Amino acid sequence: MKILVAVKRVIDYNVQIRVKEDGTGVVTDNVKMSTNPPDDNAIEEAVKIKEAGKATEVVAVTVGEEKAQETVRKALAVGADRGIHVKVDGILEPLAVSKILQKIVDKEKPDLVFMGKQAIDDDCNQTGQMLSALLNWPQATFASKIDVKDNKLEVTREIDEGLETIEINVPAIVTCDLRLNEPRYASLPNIMKAKKKPIEEIVASDLGVDVSPRLEQLKVEEPPKRKAGIKVANVAELVQKLKNEAKVI
Amino acid sequence: MAILLIAEHNNKELRPFTLNAATAASHIDSDVHAVIIGQNSADAAKQLSELPVVKKVLSVEGAHYENFTAENFAPVIVKLAENYSHIVCSANTFGKNLMPRIAAHLDTSQVSDIIKVISPDTFLRPIYAGNAFATIKSNDAKKCITIRPTSFDPCESTGGSAPIEKVDASEEFSNTKFIKREEIKSDRPELGTARIVVSGGRGMQSGDNFKLITEIADKLGAAIGASRAAVDAGYISNDHQVGQTGKVVVPDLYIAVGISGAIQHLAGMKESKVIVAINKDGEAPIFSVADYGLEADLFEALPQFMEELNKLNTIQK
Repeated sequence: MKILVAVKRVIDYNVQIRVKEDGTGVVTDNVKMSTNPPDDNAIEEAVKIKEAGKATEVVAVTVGEEKAQETVRKALAVGADRGIHVKVDGILEPLAVSKILQKIVDKEKPDLVFMGKQAIDDDCNQTGQMLSALLNWPQATFASKIDVKDNKLEVTREIDEGLETIEINVPAIVTCDLRLNEPRYASLPNIMKAKKKPIEEIVASDLGVDVSPRLEQLKVEEPPKRKAGIKVANVAELVQKLKNEAKVI
Repeated sequence: MAILLIAEHNNKELRPFTLNAATAASHIDSDVHAVIIGQNSADAAKQLSELPVVKKVLSVEGAHYENFTAENFAPVIVKLAENYSHIVCSANTFGKNLMPRIAAHLDTSQVSDIIKVISPDTFLRPIYAGNAFATIKSNDAKKCITIRPTSFDPCESTGGSAPIEKVDASEEFSNTKFIKREEIKSDRPELGTARIVVSGGRGMQSGDNFKLITEIADKLGAAIGASRAAVDAGYISNDHQVGQTGKVVVPDLYIAVGISGAIQHLAGMKESKVIVAINKDGEAPIFSVADYGLEADLFEALPQFMEELNKLNTIQK
């Protein structure tokens, strides 16, 4: 079984986001970037399945600017076998990314495609579902547990009401929840080894996919600020304020 | 052209956020039709027809719709879409799973999780876990929109009498099979819709200590929340998690106990009307969003809090 894992480079989750003064977006210059957190879970799961002898190859793919390749390199350092970097500049919507990934799937013919359930920059939560629609494959979204059984997967999904278990036939798409596993750290020797693993570079325009945006981002602004609160001296004062000032209890 | 709302239900009745999604749909255009796809879902369809904002109900029945599988739902809606300008659904796990599958088939760039309808083609949505708001204009002919339910009031649920029209089922998608659903049952209000939420974090130190939170929640008729740290530490099950990757809550009162206030957590609760923080670290970021902050050891403060509540003559429920 061959697993393709899609990873995205985003602003690190620990960075406090700042909105640009001209309202065109958020500040990304000199800001720490990392792999989208649930994409790390997707890589980890693929590597674990390979380590368990149930997959033969793990290929990491990213779509984006020059520096996006760092995320593929990181995936290689934690166990992916080789990488693919589809180079494209500018804003990419999930629809465009899923069309590019469809081309990569046509070329690589993986049995499974894994990725994070959502990117923490645009918070869209679309790409996996869109890719499975384009391929007409089954989708197991928000996965918190994956059992590989021959040519099937049994996947437990996080849903609002609790948990749902489904069985999907391979080939299939899985989008990963943070609870799926605990991603490992790359060891220094593995980081050195990863430098020798191959990354194929593909120019997006060579894939014949229209990636032009359909949405216009008219403005990005700070959310309304909460007015400063007060510190209360003790519990009695707190309860009194909640009862008589805020009138919520 | 009219708006098509996708109803979320459990085959017996509508799920509450369908009413919030109906409100959002009616902000785009007053001509809202609603589609309900299920198995033996006639009662839920009738309920849908009674929403005054809904002008027509489309009912699709089939055994393969019993478990709301996106692979089975999407083709039905894609077929119906030719008569509609917008497809609208709640951005909970049902809608998040389903809508992008529809959008890709329609070759439309979806607008996810909107919090406001600015005009029929322009919407406000949070990005970066609510740390920024983006105004997005869609230039696609058909627009696929998911809405954040807590940002729209539920619509009226009675008084309407929309006609219910049967629509043919689509073929079954055979590569996805439903096995089981484990619903977490509770007598408490649901976290996503509760008027008061009491949440515990890593500061609770153990699952046993959550009984201090449970007591207060019982007294206030509140739902129980938790930070990701508390869930990861195994103090409480993950359906209680509030935050970017858990539930987004907007209660009248949110009480954060022993929660430092990581960005991920704030994203899930900072729109609450009144926020209380109880934490012994006076520098904890949670205090920056709290209306009332109490710098105290929670193991002293919570029993006192319970005592003070017991002294009150009346408590709003």
